[in-house]
Amino acid sequence: MSLDPSMLLVQFISGLTTAMVLFLLASGLTLVFGVMNVINFAHGAFYMLGAYLAFTMTQLLSGSLGFWAALLIAPTVVCVVGGIVEVGLLRRIYGKEHLLQILLTYALIFIFNDLIKMIWGVNLRMVNMPASLRGFVTFLGSRFPVYYFFILGVGTAVAVLLWLLLKKTQFGKLLRASAEHRDMVGLLGYNVSTVFTLVFMMATWLGGLAGAVIAPTVRISMGMGMEIIIECFIVVIIGGLGNVLGALLGALLAGEIYAFGILLLPNFAMAFLFALAAVVIIFRPYGLLGKPAQGMS
Amino acid sequence: MADRMETGPVTHGNAGKWIWISVSGLSLIILPFVLEKGISQYYLFLAANILAWALFALSFNLVLGYGGMMSFGHAAFFGVGAYTCALLLVKASCPLILAFLAAPFAAACVGLVIGYLSVRIKGVFYFAVITLCFAQLVYILVFKWRSFTFGDDGIQGIPVPAFISTDESYIHYYFFALIIVLICAFVLWRIVRSPFGMILRSLKENPERAAFVGVNVEHYRLIAFVISAFFSGIAGVLYALLQTSISPDILFWTVSGDVILMGLLGGMTLFLGPALGAAIMVLLNSFVTSYTEYWGLCLGITLILIVLFFPRGIGGIMVERYQTWKKRKEG
Amino acid sequence: MEILEIKGLTKSFGGVMAVAGVDLLVREGDIHSIIGPNGAGKSTLFNLISGYFPCDKGKVLFKGEDITGFSTQKRVKMGMGRSFQVTNIFPKLTVFENIQAVILYAKGKGLTLFSDARKMVREDTEKILEMVGLKNKLEEPAGILAAGDRKRLELGIVLATRPDLLLLDEPTCGMSPVETSNTIELIRKIAEERSLTVLFTEHKMDMVFSIASRITVLNFGAIIAAGEPDEIRCDEKVKQIYFGEDRCSLK
Repeated sequence: MSLDPSMLLVQFISGLTTAMVLFLLASGLTLVFGVMNVINFAHGAFYMLGAYLAFTMTQLLSGSLGFWAALLIAPTVVCVVGGIVEVGLLRRIYGKEHLLQILLTYALIFIFNDLIKMIWGVNLRMVNMPASLRGFVTFLGSRFPVYYFFILGVGTAVAVLLWLLLKKTQFGKLLRASAEHRDMVGLLGYNVSTVFTLVFMMATWLGGLAGAVIAPTVRISMGMGMEIIIECFIVVIIGGLGNVLGALLGALLAGEIYAFGILLLPNFAMAFLFALAAVVIIFRPYGLLGKPAQGMS
Repeated sequence: MADRMETGPVTHGNAGKWIWISVSGLSLIILPFVLEKGISQYYLFLAANILAWALFALSFNLVLGYGGMMSFGHAAFFGVGAYTCALLLVKASCPLILAFLAAPFAAACVGLVIGYLSVRIKGVFYFAVITLCFAQLVYILVFKWRSFTFGDDGIQGIPVPAFISTDESYIHYYFFALIIVLICAFVLWRIVRSPFGMILRSLKENPERAAFVGVNVEHYRLIAFVISAFFSGIAGVLYALLQTSISPDILFWTVSGDVILMGLLGGMTLFLGPALGAAIMVLLNSFVTSYTEYWGLCLGITLILIVLFFPRGIGGIMVERYQTWKKRKEG
Repeated sequence: MEILEIKGLTKSFGGVMAVAGVDLLVREGDIHSIIGPNGAGKSTLFNLISGYFPCDKGKVLFKGEDITGFSTQKRVKMGMGRSFQVTNIFPKLTVFENIQAVILYAKGKGLTLFSDARKMVREDTEKILEMVGLKNKLEEPAGILAAGDRKRLELGIVLATRPDLLLLDEPTCGMSPVETSNTIELIRKIAEERSLTVLFTEHKMDMVFSIASRITVLNFGAIIAAGEPDEIRCDEKVKQIYFGEDRCSLK
């Protein structure tokens, strides 16, 4: 295996794109935990739903229009579904034991999986890339799929928007304060239920977007949700539950380690991720940027 | 869970206890014959399957119900037990007794490593996620290490010794499994009622207070974890011998979820609750999958109903009813 | 003989100095009270002494040994028992089991895996429950006890660890006057019978003055006065804090 610099660059960029998708997912997961103190085991299912919805959009509207419409519509639909789930189910378990909360979101995975099976069947689905984003581009002497840069673009745009939201808006400040002190939302006089619903919808919107964005590059299948949630969990373990910056950091680390892990031991690339998580836990049990206080049961 | 852990016999005094034991004992012995002659081999297979899962659920409850640790990674111990036994039988042509003994020790070793890294973590969510990830690591290792574990082809045709062969009937295996499960359950029962069990329960209630009476909380949790891994490994062996073929699927994290659900269904505050939950789950699965392919939907909805309305599980409800009846009789 | 000696103990939380260079000496057999207004640092001081938080600076010596770096568990094993202001018991275990579990552990039987715990150390458990006046409620889950009984159980748990030094954090918090005087009597009796040293924090002045053999006054994390009750009664600085006037009016 030669350490060709152009191949390293390709892997690096590939790792960044993985990181972007992971960040979209992990940021939502970690925000929900930070504000609402719930771990959404079914987060991967929203991601999967986004991908399947993107597929449907491209079936309904042919050509590139289908894809762009999907980017707009899929996350929105997912977000609405998220809202329904939060209002209909999650609200009932907020005060209850963490064990029960975990099991409720775990149950959702099964329900989502089967509903998706009912609607879309078990066959693999494919989404075609829009013409404008196909092909390769040469950058710094290496050839990259154009789509990589699209993902990077979307990911960065979302990261910046999220940063602006959290740092500059009233709502964002509320979310950050809430992640520090659980009861802050109620204490400051805001309607806790509404804030929680909004946060959950935001998180599922991000998840749906991630699914729609990744759709043209993968085979859309039933197992998608299950696979991605594990990687998501690793990212938040590394970064620290409740910390969005930690999610970004964790996603970047995870993305790059996976990308370079593939070069070293193609079959065991995932194992590197787990090894990283294990190392982080040994030295910083609550993640690189996490704090024990909020994670307490 | 809202209730105290029942570690004493739920029935009145000694007479009640012995009647209860004899009746259940007799039923367990007669059952296979009834099923085999009266109904079908398939139901006997289900009963045998229930035995393996019941042991898994009982061992898991040591960690969850008694230790208060929500481990989402117990599939690792179940699977390591099954794979160790299967690999020794298939690749090394080991006698059953050796394979049978090696498996739980292998599972306990894995439990020691995962437990050591995990019990320092305070916080239900962190603990659940971390144990899940470690267990997935084991899954990936087994899945990808084709040269050693046959990867996702799995291990077929495990050479089960003649005396428990399931070629003709499941009845011999059933009694073999019954004896093993009863012995293991008895040992777990003693552990739960021992001083160790009492302190473990106190840790679950109030780890801070336990620390302030001098208890090394992590130490105790780790020991409970390893014991649980040991018996989960035995359950894995029973499973492997029954199915005679295994695949990495048994290490996937949804198996860890399944065993938690069994505990929830049956009731975690009652010692035998998880065994009841295992029976319900296996029977429900068998029933539902014969009618529809949407087992997940069914399971998910059942689970949500239980979480929202019956968090103490069927066993918990039974205990409650019994205690109300007892109070009414006395009062 | 000094059973507990603290030198220059300091702890701050994010810029706020909770305990500022406290020196303290507790002699064996003392009933030593730490008083001070809310926020004076009493609970933090207890947390530092019992090892719940590490201190920023300073030393803690217990029975002559430097225990500054020791874990809570180690300090408990050396003979330091601590009770909490907000009762900290095992709510779903029965009253009997609460004490039984602690005694089993203290006697080193914690890792016994196969004996029936219910039959063990029953006499010792009964003795302690009798001492704290909880003989009648043995089989109830501890969570349903009334506040006063909870405090007794709390005391029982501490005693079950067979301590030589009792750290009691506001032992009569939330009690009626009758319960308070009963508890004071109980503490005095136990300390005498078992030759224990008691270090406690309190708000109720009459309680403090009726039982303490030495008093230390804390304010803003620092000691402003220490000595025998009579000295403290008439100390100018102490009166300033509590009454803002210069009358010898502490009862």
